[in-house]
Amino acid sequence: MSDSSTTASGAVVDAHHEHPPYQRHHFESVDQQFDATNFAMWLFLLTEIMFFGGLFTAYLIMRNWYYPAFVEASHQLNIGWGTANTGVLIVSSFTMAMGVWSAEMRKKGLLILFLSLTFILGLAFLGIKSIEYSEKWEKHHVPGLNWSDASFVNPASDPEVHKLYPQDKPLAPDMAAKTEMYFFLYFAMTGMHALHMIIGISILGFMLVRARAGAYTTGHVTYVENFGLYWHFVDIVWIFLFPLLYLISRY
Amino acid sequence: MSAATIVQLPDQSTARIPKMNFLTKENGLLSWLLTGDHKRIATLYLISITFFFFIGGALAGLIRLELLTPQTDLMAADTYNKVFTMHGVIMVFFFLVPSVPATIGNFLIPMMVGARDLALPKVNLLSWYLYVIAGCMAIYTMAAGGVDTGWTFTTPLSTHYLNTHVISTGLAIFVAGFSSIFTGLNFIVTIHKMRCPGMTWFRLPLFVWSNYAASILMVLGTPVLAITLVLVVLERSLHIGVFDPAYGGDPILFQHLFWFYSHPAVYIMILPGMGVISEVVSTFSRKRVFGYTAVAFSSVAIAVFGFFVWAHHMFIMGISNYAALVFSLLTMLVAVPSAIKIFNWAFTLYKGSITFETPMLYAFGFMGLFTIGGMTGVFLGATGTDIHLTETYFIVAHFHFVMVGGMLMAFLSGIHFWWPKWTGRMYPEKISQLAAIVTFIGFNFTFFPQFILGTLGMPRRYAAYPPEFQSLNVFSTAGASILGVGYLLPIIYLTWSLKYGAVAGDNPWQATGLEWQTQSPPLTENFPVIPVMDHEAYDYDWLEKQEQKEVASVG
Repeated sequence: MSDSSTTASGAVVDAHHEHPPYQRHHFESVDQQFDATNFAMWLFLLTEIMFFGGLFTAYLIMRNWYYPAFVEASHQLNIGWGTANTGVLIVSSFTMAMGVWSAEMRKKGLLILFLSLTFILGLAFLGIKSIEYSEKWEKHHVPGLNWSDASFVNPASDPEVHKLYPQDKPLAPDMAAKTEMYFFLYFAMTGMHALHMIIGISILGFMLVRARAGAYTTGHVTYVENFGLYWHFVDIVWIFLFPLLYLISRY
Repeated sequence: MSAATIVQLPDQSTARIPKMNFLTKENGLLSWLLTGDHKRIATLYLISITFFFFIGGALAGLIRLELLTPQTDLMAADTYNKVFTMHGVIMVFFFLVPSVPATIGNFLIPMMVGARDLALPKVNLLSWYLYVIAGCMAIYTMAAGGVDTGWTFTTPLSTHYLNTHVISTGLAIFVAGFSSIFTGLNFIVTIHKMRCPGMTWFRLPLFVWSNYAASILMVLGTPVLAITLVLVVLERSLHIGVFDPAYGGDPILFQHLFWFYSHPAVYIMILPGMGVISEVVSTFSRKRVFGYTAVAFSSVAIAVFGFFVWAHHMFIMGISNYAALVFSLLTMLVAVPSAIKIFNWAFTLYKGSITFETPMLYAFGFMGLFTIGGMTGVFLGATGTDIHLTETYFIVAHFHFVMVGGMLMAFLSGIHFWWPKWTGRMYPEKISQLAAIVTFIGFNFTFFPQFILGTLGMPRRYAAYPPEFQSLNVFSTAGASILGVGYLLPIIYLTWSLKYGAVAGDNPWQATGLEWQTQSPPLTENFPVIPVMDHEAYDYDWLEKQEQKEVASVG
């Protein structure tokens, strides 16, 4: 591979100075390597913004079209769980930032602690999300697989939510059918977000193993720092999803 | 013609290909499949896109054969739908989008900026693997019975009415999209962060500028296509959706999201080709590209404008008249930076010492055909004319003039131009000049009649047509067979040249780019020592002095 240290043409030996083991051979310096990979991560996050952007566009347009359906469907979401999850993610962003800091300070014990905390908080988020998903399944609010619009045609049939939102009126059947689209977008957006969380947690697990071997506390923090950027990005997506899906109809 | 050539080959009796180069450094299949070397990955890409080009080409041949007669006699109408859809999908997503960037760009950009490799070699390899996986899914789709939505996946046709393999095609394009995102991302990072000392932005070769512009489009546009196709796939599998009016969705929303990528995508396809032409025109007229800065910025301008014209694909789809007006105006604005390029190439030629090697012949083909393709694009950008011409063969001809007459010519130009660098051997000059001319003639015979057919009102995407259109269709089919010969010739003689071509030496064209200042084929790390850029791009005086210096130091 390109980063082997023997040079091709025998006459030309690696003229440049010694470099640390984590510097890939095609970079001139550690700084250049850090700059390039960091920049690449920012660009990748830019593509992610565009990726989620399509979903957000679809959501906002459909919400404008079928406002009553989206309001009542949004009332089905459990704001308590949603807030808890927001809190979990914000704390996990903090522990991740502390993880980056401990890697920079070369504190191996702290790094492992903070990465483990982030890992656990990530799992907690997914746990809460799965409680919410199973609630939707029980109430037949999973579009395409297990769907009924009874809660919207006849809100009284759903006493739990009706108690909280007594002002919700029964929707006409054609508008009630549009609540399915709300849940479709809800599952598409939170599902895509959860997929990013799962990928993030897997990488965290890998990093934990490497951190225990002392990988990130010798001055080479690029990997931790770039992963931190990814983790914060996934949090920020949730920070937009939470008000758009849970809070937007509460005034 | 031989008198007026710039080719300087080393003495063939003593010339040897350097023993150590990126092709010979390691052997065995694994050394290729696990490589991080951008030049090897470019080679893998070259082989794979050639494979898909010939599949797409064979499908095009079937289309033209079916259209030889007015009746549907070669294949049934629904088979024809599948054939033209697969032709479009394969040519757009598996040939045109990766063609110049992933092969020539991958090979050259690190060398042109004076780096040892792209910034992220593993991501580069990942990009190729994603391409291969996507390609396998596309082939699976064809084997399983194909898809007949047209390459545009128009909803609700694709989500509701058709019973073909939309899901596997959609996922194939989704995966191919990520391959293209990673290529673009890698290029941007490399161009920003890996330039050698002295290589300022305005000393970069124009090929790098145009690939940079195309990369911006890949990075910003492709994710939108990806998520749109995910929604189509979900809509098809779960039967609820945001695009199908039967479920309360909005088919126009699909059009907006799809063309938000797919219009910039045509600039992803053409911009790198324009970069090739800048290099070739400068080299074979021995002049610095006229108005370097203007050409560089026109690439970026095309990329920026390219994001604001998508709705011109939707003039007949019920967007508002005011939107149509604005998008029509913006569309015509794209003609300005494109014209800047054409005029600047023309001025580069003016008073240049022009020679007519094969890459230059292809480049001339590009300039003529792209101009026609671009100008007819202005017709289509005018709302009134568009309503008459859209969904007719005029669109087909316009698109193929830009993509085949433009991009494919540029691709072949680039392949010939950098073939000596890539393989260390020259292609045979006379037969390749013949191939360039045959391609040009065949192309015009194939696609020019389609402009007339479109103006007369022959709709696209039908297997049958009224008998009065037959003579022009026969012309077109005859031209396609000439074009086919034009494309088969290079693959034969280029393969031949791998073993029997003349040894090229470092810089057979006496070109100025950094890639020509290293051995051919290059070392795995491109340069023995990272170069220092101490002159402007396309500085032929510098090159001359360099040679004198070398002679002096040898003496």
